Amino acid sequence: MLIIGEKLSIIAKRVREAMMKKDKGPIQEIALRQAKEGAGMIDANIGPAEDGGEDLMQWMVTTIQEVVQLPVCLDTTNFKAIEAGLQVHNSQWGRPLINSTSNDPERFPILELGAKYNSQVIGLTVGKGGLPADAEERCAIAAEIMGRAMEYGVPLEDLYLDPLVLQIATSQDHARHVIKAIGMFQEMNDPPMKTVVGLSNISNGCPKTLRPILNKYYFILLAEAGLTSAIADSHEMAEALNERSLVADVLAGKTLSDAGKMKEISKTLDVIMGRTLYAHSYLEM
Amino acid sequence: MAFTPSKESYAGKVYALTLGTGDKAVTVGGENVLPFHSFEGETPNRPLVAMEVQDVPPADWPENVRKAYEGVSDDPVKWAKHCQDVLKARAIALRLIGTHPDRENRSAEDAVKTVKDVLAAISVPLIVLGSNHAEKDTAVLVAVAEAAKDRNCVIGKAQEANYKTIAAAAMANNHKLIAMSELDINLSKQLNILISQMGFDKEKLITDPMCSALGYGLEYTYSVMERIRLAALTQNDVTMQQPLLGDVGMYVWKVKETQAPESDMPQWGSAEERGILWEAETATALLVSGAEVLIMRHPKAAEAVEKVIDELV
Repeated sequence: MLIIGEKLSIIAKRVREAMMKKDKGPIQEIALRQAKEGAGMIDANIGPAEDGGEDLMQWMVTTIQEVVQLPVCLDTTNFKAIEAGLQVHNSQWGRPLINSTSNDPERFPILELGAKYNSQVIGLTVGKGGLPADAEERCAIAAEIMGRAMEYGVPLEDLYLDPLVLQIATSQDHARHVIKAIGMFQEMNDPPMKTVVGLSNISNGCPKTLRPILNKYYFILLAEAGLTSAIADSHEMAEALNERSLVADVLAGKTLSDAGKMKEISKTLDVIMGRTLYAHSYLEM
Repeated sequence: MAFTPSKESYAGKVYALTLGTGDKAVTVGGENVLPFHSFEGETPNRPLVAMEVQDVPPADWPENVRKAYEGVSDDPVKWAKHCQDVLKARAIALRLIGTHPDRENRSAEDAVKTVKDVLAAISVPLIVLGSNHAEKDTAVLVAVAEAAKDRNCVIGKAQEANYKTIAAAAMANNHKLIAMSELDINLSKQLNILISQMGFDKEKLITDPMCSALGYGLEYTYSVMERIRLAALTQNDVTMQQPLLGDVGMYVWKVKETQAPESDMPQWGSAEERGILWEAETATALLVSGAEVLIMRHPKAAEAVEKVIDELV
């Protein structure tokens, strides 16, 4: 399982300020922490970055790679910023990953960059027409993206399919559609297609105390379905992997000796699998 | 071999909830099947149509529904008695719209007087609604709940912003309570949980997932109600087994189709008939999706809906 350390995102205030001031301190501190907790790659999410995106991405890649010997996931919608990042990426510790192409024609040129710079590419299974309704629709879009990747010269081994994790608080059914899609994606090629998720979006909009709980158990269910990689907090994921056997026990119908843990896991699995309606207080019921 | 229709059986059941007192008390809910599926299980109680009256004259209602209450709507007591005695309403929904700060801004004391007078004049159950101003409703509904003590009314609507005080007042004075959220099934469940965590009996709640009129988002209300009912029955979700409310009239009589005169829209036909049909259609759709309590305005629309219920029960 490849964990792509997620904390370097423009959405976080502290990171955004560091990016604006080109202050390496917080960026390197976070990158180091993600690496220490087990990340095998670091996500650099600079957002749309319409102004100065090229400089910013180059600065992010070099700043991260100054302190951690890991490849970087270049996360932006700005084509030129990705290209600039690829030009300075040091690939001796692994090849970069581009986040992302999709089935939207505007996103096809990303594949050119993948081929030109020998980079891996994430294929987000959305089209121009909005969100996919279920696992099957995600697979149909995945097939289109796979065809497009081959056309542009990106080998399927370098393509990571992303089924698009949605918020459980508003799109509960998608939680299990995504798990199913992860299973189905692997069947679409031999060797199996690689997969990736933006994990923490599952708990976006949920109370703060609930977020790590949902993130962890959702991750374990996705891992059980064969997930290859996740953009996630490596600290949380390390904790999740420690609890994997507990979840397996609950799934097998066993009762855990720790009643609190038992409740937490079984209620969360019920919500993820759509057996109970989600509500912010679901753990208290 | 004879044909045997397949039957669905469900794990859960809708709570039965009684409003009002004495021989005019009404019970709704109690079914363990989808709406009107009496061939699959129990549907002990008929859905309830409550007629809406206001604390102030309905100057903002379109002419075609206003004129149905000519001569009585200048006084909430006369209006409520008319609904009970002439229209044979099984319940009255008194909306204290005049308490809204942007309207007449009537005080909580004014509202208390209106509620007491109406209660003294009628024997059918009373639903008391605030003006949907979260802050003002807190003051008004708390006072009103106390004034209506022991008449087993329905007080509403408690929302995320004000549920604590309103639920406490309803609880202290033995009333039922409407919990309203805005077209979001997960928030609807959350509000029911929060209110029951205060010690309010979850079986005394009515869920209002927020109404909408035909052509103006009815499908959202329909879908939320349907999913709430499926969670109640198939998942036995105790936080979603409350009877459902459709506050129909208020939403229907402000849309273009119930307002536009024939002179503007000759191709739409009789304006009066159009408005009545719009309200009856909206209400019927909600009945089929799971509503047990409907609040309606036009007597003819209510009559049409009662007829539909007669045929479906």
